[in-house]
Amino acid sequence: MIDDEPLFALLKTLCPMHAVLNSTGHIVHAGWALKKIRPHLDMTGMRFSELVEIQRPRNDGSMNALRMIAGRKLHLQLRDAPRTSLKGVAVTLPEDGTLGPSGGAIVNLSFGISVIEAVRDYKLTSADFAATDLAIEMLYLVEAKTAAMDLSRTLNSRLRGAKIAAEEQAFTDTLTGLKNRRALDFVLNHLLEHEHDFALLHVDLDYFKAVNDSKGHAAGDFVLQQVARIMIDETRNEDTIARTGGDEFVIVLNRLTNPELVQDIADRLIARLEVPMEFNGQECNISGSAGSVLSAQTDGVNVAQLMEDADLALYAAKSEGRGCHVAYCNELRKSKPMSNTA
Amino acid sequence: MHGMINRAIERFVRDTYGREIWTKVTQKAGLEFSEFEAMLSYDDALTFDVLAAVAEVLENPVVDVLENIGIYLVSHPNVEALRRLLRFGGVTFTDFLYSLDDLQERARLAVSDLHLPQLELREHTTDFYSLSCKAPRAGFGHVIVGLLRAMADDYGALVLLDHKGAQDGIEIIEVRLLTVTHASGRSFDLGARAG
Repeated sequence: MIDDEPLFALLKTLCPMHAVLNSTGHIVHAGWALKKIRPHLDMTGMRFSELVEIQRPRNDGSMNALRMIAGRKLHLQLRDAPRTSLKGVAVTLPEDGTLGPSGGAIVNLSFGISVIEAVRDYKLTSADFAATDLAIEMLYLVEAKTAAMDLSRTLNSRLRGAKIAAEEQAFTDTLTGLKNRRALDFVLNHLLEHEHDFALLHVDLDYFKAVNDSKGHAAGDFVLQQVARIMIDETRNEDTIARTGGDEFVIVLNRLTNPELVQDIADRLIARLEVPMEFNGQECNISGSAGSVLSAQTDGVNVAQLMEDADLALYAAKSEGRGCHVAYCNELRKSKPMSNTA
Repeated sequence: MHGMINRAIERFVRDTYGREIWTKVTQKAGLEFSEFEAMLSYDDALTFDVLAAVAEVLENPVVDVLENIGIYLVSHPNVEALRRLLRFGGVTFTDFLYSLDDLQERARLAVSDLHLPQLELREHTTDFYSLSCKAPRAGFGHVIVGLLRAMADDYGALVLLDHKGAQDGIEIIEVRLLTVTHASGRSFDLGARAG
């Protein structure tokens, strides 16, 4: 009988997580790294298949089966908790006993991808791995990449916050907090693209210039802010209100196809605009003219066409003596040329 | 210079001296922002302007500031992740010294556009080494001195460090190991990932 100790000493350095099996599949020697993950077990004399299950390639757990799959990559799992997954490879030992137990086998094991949990579960240190094992480098990379990823995530969320703020600014009229022309174009194009119905109400303030000239810009700004508040009050959350010029506003009323409803909204709005506003003890009196058009009125409309129709209606309202609302109809196009709308 | 390096300077100032001092630094250096972003790149000159401003505001020589940054990077709890990454370099302080040869490559593996200086360790005797530090501009060597000082503490080793100055763009640091276990160092648990 040849002494097996030199073989065990060799394995200790080269592959500390190994098991040497005899011809019946019992463990005759376990590497210290294997012992470390099951410190309470006396592995010597145990059946290898009682310690770990070879999941792939499929086999019946016998020593014969192990010989059949020698040299192939094994996927194993410890039988008791924590059921750590292992990778491994088995080599058979010669029958004549010249190397290790005759007819036995050596199984070398490693953690593979489960190394992260294994290090935590078994409190492993650098000394528990073979000198050539890349486990430490892998742990280093996981931590380094996680740290780098966290920094990237911080940057991403900061950039996203900045982007939202910039977009809000780019779409908002800073004096009134209403949407601006750009936002309006965006909303209208979106609605038309998805063939949603809506009503477009173009409102132009009357006598605003007089207030601005006689009572100053501060009064003018105050009036515009009050107008914005009234418009928000008189519409629903889903509607869009934009200030498109000095005293010009466009309201997009979502899903509206009934001309009578538009008339009601416009009348109510104008009535509220005509209620005198007080700024620093001075009374500011304005009114508003409005022209409207329904997206459902014509087929194949585009934004420019709709705005033009609403302009025509607004012009008609101005001609009718201001402080009123006119809905667009084809007759308006015959009576008034476009150039007069400004 | 990579944002991470600028961010390290910023965190050092803020964590050690507070936000107000950092604000003074940014004003003195003429920064148009108050925070460096770790994952962006900045003009190299900016880094040196900030360092000069830090030295001026703190009334400390730049080399001392650099060395203190090195100490901060290893010992402050806010940057614990970095200490852990460095500790992966080896089980003993001597192992760690040798791992510095790979520092540049290790950093690049984690963040591909992070260029750290090239370090090379020479062993003269088993307790006397010299470390060369090659970077486009001198100064990094002082950060390394601080870093080594703090890492030696971390490993529980007693060392004498001496920055020998720069020649041809290469800074030389002499390292004398007095003892490798003069006190109990801080523990390093492989599985305890720093938050």
